[in-house]
Amino acid sequence: MEVIRRFIDSFAKPRQLREAGILSMNSRNLDYVIKYNPRKLLPQVDNKLTTKQMAQQAGVAVPELLGVVSYQSEIKNLSQLLAAHEHFVIKPAQGSGGKGILVITGRDGDRYVKASGDTLEFEDINRHVSNILGGLYSLGGKSDVAMIEGLIQADPVFNDYSFEGVPDIRMIVFRGFPVMAMLRLATRASDGKANLHQGAVGVGLDIATGKSLRAVQFDTPIKLHPDTQHSFESLQVPHWDRLLELTAACYGMTGLGYLGVDMVLDKHLGPLILELNARPGLAIQIANGCGIHPRLQKIEAMPDWNIPISEKVTFSKQYFTSQ
Amino acid sequence: MKGRFQLSLAVVLLVALGLGLTLYKHFALGFPLLRGETNTIWSIEAEVEFMADGGPAKATLTLPDHQSDVRILDESFASPGYGINQFDDNGQRRAEWSIREAKGRQTLYYKVNLYPDSVSDPDREPPVENDTLTVKPRLPEPYQTAADSLLESVTERSADARSFTGTLINEFLDSSPGQNTNMLLGMIDNRESRTRLLIDLLTMADIPVRMVRGLYLEDGRRRQPMLDMLEVYTNDGWLMFDPVTGESGNPANFFLWQRGGKSMLDVMGGTNSRVSFSMISQAVPARELAIQNSQADEVALIDFSIYALPLEVQNAFKSILLIPIGTLVVLFMRIIVGLRTSGTFMPVLISVAFLETQLLPGLTIFITIVSIGLWMRSILSQLNMLLVARLAAVMIVVIGIMGAMSILSWKLGITQALTVTFFPMIILAWTIERMSILWEEEGPRDVVIEGFGSLLVATISYLLMSNPTVEHLTFNFPELLFAVLGVTLMLGQYTGYRLLELRRFRPLVQG
Repeated sequence: MEVIRRFIDSFAKPRQLREAGILSMNSRNLDYVIKYNPRKLLPQVDNKLTTKQMAQQAGVAVPELLGVVSYQSEIKNLSQLLAAHEHFVIKPAQGSGGKGILVITGRDGDRYVKASGDTLEFEDINRHVSNILGGLYSLGGKSDVAMIEGLIQADPVFNDYSFEGVPDIRMIVFRGFPVMAMLRLATRASDGKANLHQGAVGVGLDIATGKSLRAVQFDTPIKLHPDTQHSFESLQVPHWDRLLELTAACYGMTGLGYLGVDMVLDKHLGPLILELNARPGLAIQIANGCGIHPRLQKIEAMPDWNIPISEKVTFSKQYFTSQ
Repeated sequence: MKGRFQLSLAVVLLVALGLGLTLYKHFALGFPLLRGETNTIWSIEAEVEFMADGGPAKATLTLPDHQSDVRILDESFASPGYGINQFDDNGQRRAEWSIREAKGRQTLYYKVNLYPDSVSDPDREPPVENDTLTVKPRLPEPYQTAADSLLESVTERSADARSFTGTLINEFLDSSPGQNTNMLLGMIDNRESRTRLLIDLLTMADIPVRMVRGLYLEDGRRRQPMLDMLEVYTNDGWLMFDPVTGESGNPANFFLWQRGGKSMLDVMGGTNSRVSFSMISQAVPARELAIQNSQADEVALIDFSIYALPLEVQNAFKSILLIPIGTLVVLFMRIIVGLRTSGTFMPVLISVAFLETQLLPGLTIFITIVSIGLWMRSILSQLNMLLVARLAAVMIVVIGIMGAMSILSWKLGITQALTVTFFPMIILAWTIERMSILWEEEGPRDVVIEGFGSLLVATISYLLMSNPTVEHLTFNFPELLFAVLGVTLMLGQYTGYRLLELRRFRPLVQG
């Protein structure tokens, strides 16, 4: 009896969730993704290369593109291209979940040093690029292109909170209004990946200030980073206003109404847009400890959302703060 | 909101239409809603196929006799362009299709509906001439000598016609047959030649014997061959023997089609002729049996329905009509419960396979194939192959595993694993591919979650789809599909929380 009651207690009542403004997956799909993201606009965010080109045209900061390899025959120019750079990242344009990303942090004579400290021959890099072109990492095995990007050097402000990997900031932007934000930190459990359901830490961020609200791991609130034992209390993301503006600009850039924007903070270049996601997940609500639905509805109720970016940011900071 | 209103209207209309037609069929036409209170009638369809030479063609097929234990409700022929004649050939009904000119593949249908009345007494008519062979057959030497000594030894060990026949058949079934039997076994290569040899031997021993042919009535069978049996005249009348198992007596569900050794099918003006049989059982209330024919001819809902199709197609539809039930389960588990499955409708296809294999063998086969496949796939992925080639390779491996499982289980005496062939191979190969990508990208935990989700959904759909009542409803009331479509559209608009989200977001509303 006790077991059954505890089991039932582990479920919330739909009414409670509705009152808390929690967006459900069905509603996200039907009321936001399908409604505000026209299918024909999706390919541009599914391909990181198009996203990057689009961002560059719109004057939005992205990691530097050092080169693109589109055909197997171009691989012979690779050594020449890489010779000019001490460190770089090779990634598939249509990869997902961080698969196929090769991070080279430096050189050791003729050899290339990976983030983990292992070294690679040029031949290994060659093969990796060839695999990317063959579609080894793209969903459905479509042939792909390899992008070579400048290495992001994480802003040291996160040094106390990150176990390997570069922390990234996920923001939901609805019709150009930044709506909710979180910071994703890799942990030992997530194997250096910023993937929440593999055990990365999600830190809810206040839209007005970029200060941490609370942190969760595996959907459960935590106070300290599990690897570095640092408290999240004093965490504040710098360049916050710039991040908000970058996010807001993504709406005009893509035309996608409901968007997840992934950003990183580079030590030298500041905030950069890494990737866009047309079907962002709902874990951000757990990280923030608060439902996103009322904020979305508030924007939907606005008679006119065609206002300058700066006004959108001001509006979000005023109404979507949690403090 | 306008779109949503229209959709809601469509839902209401579809559900009303589906339920309305169903109720109409039940009350006005007397179709039973439940399986109970019904009798089974069987539809058997003979499909004659041959390649016509281009000139006149004629096909003659033996028709079943009116028998005391079976009522033939109605018969029909379908064969575009052919003239049809029924005639009596020495007491045996036969149908003749004829055409002046035909070229290429010809397909002719004969369909009979019958209703097993009750178990009747055996045929006590004494043998008449055209039933049995009148001249004693002689086998070529050295077979005749072997036959003579075999018959002699059987005569010594038997008392009457019945025990003689039983002993004789058992001689052929013996795991270490005697020298004479062994020689005669050399003349046998199939059921028919075995039956013919037994008839020859029994005739030599002066036992009145005749060949009979018939079908085992099993629901949903397609492309069944006609089975040869033999009947021996004993003190109690004619007694049937199965030449392969040696069992005597009329087997249950055996429908006798033809008596006597005449050929089943003769074709003139064509080659490669063959006849195969499909059968299907239908539940019909007893009181409807008599009026069924007249109704079928007049009511458009029945006339333009699945019942009008050839039986083989009807059998296929019996399974196809169950699929929407499976998809409904998938929709429910994904939209309402929030379970993750591998591939959207893959669980439905797995459950269709389960229908053939039964649940537990099916689960075992599935888990085995996918596990071995994943392991093979991990080896293949080290070879850095392109996806299409990798998929093809996985598929070949899947087929290999299926073959190995069949052989192994056959040797172990588990026949159920033989039904492994019903598993959709391409789906299995895709599942392995998807799961292995998932394994690499997200880790084994997600593979287990998705695999468990898929199997859970497949199991639930299997349990529903294999339920006799559900099968009865979907097949006899296909208009219920409208209602299913309506519910599907309704689920498509559901924006509420999934059951698992209530748990996932529980921490957000605590305290």
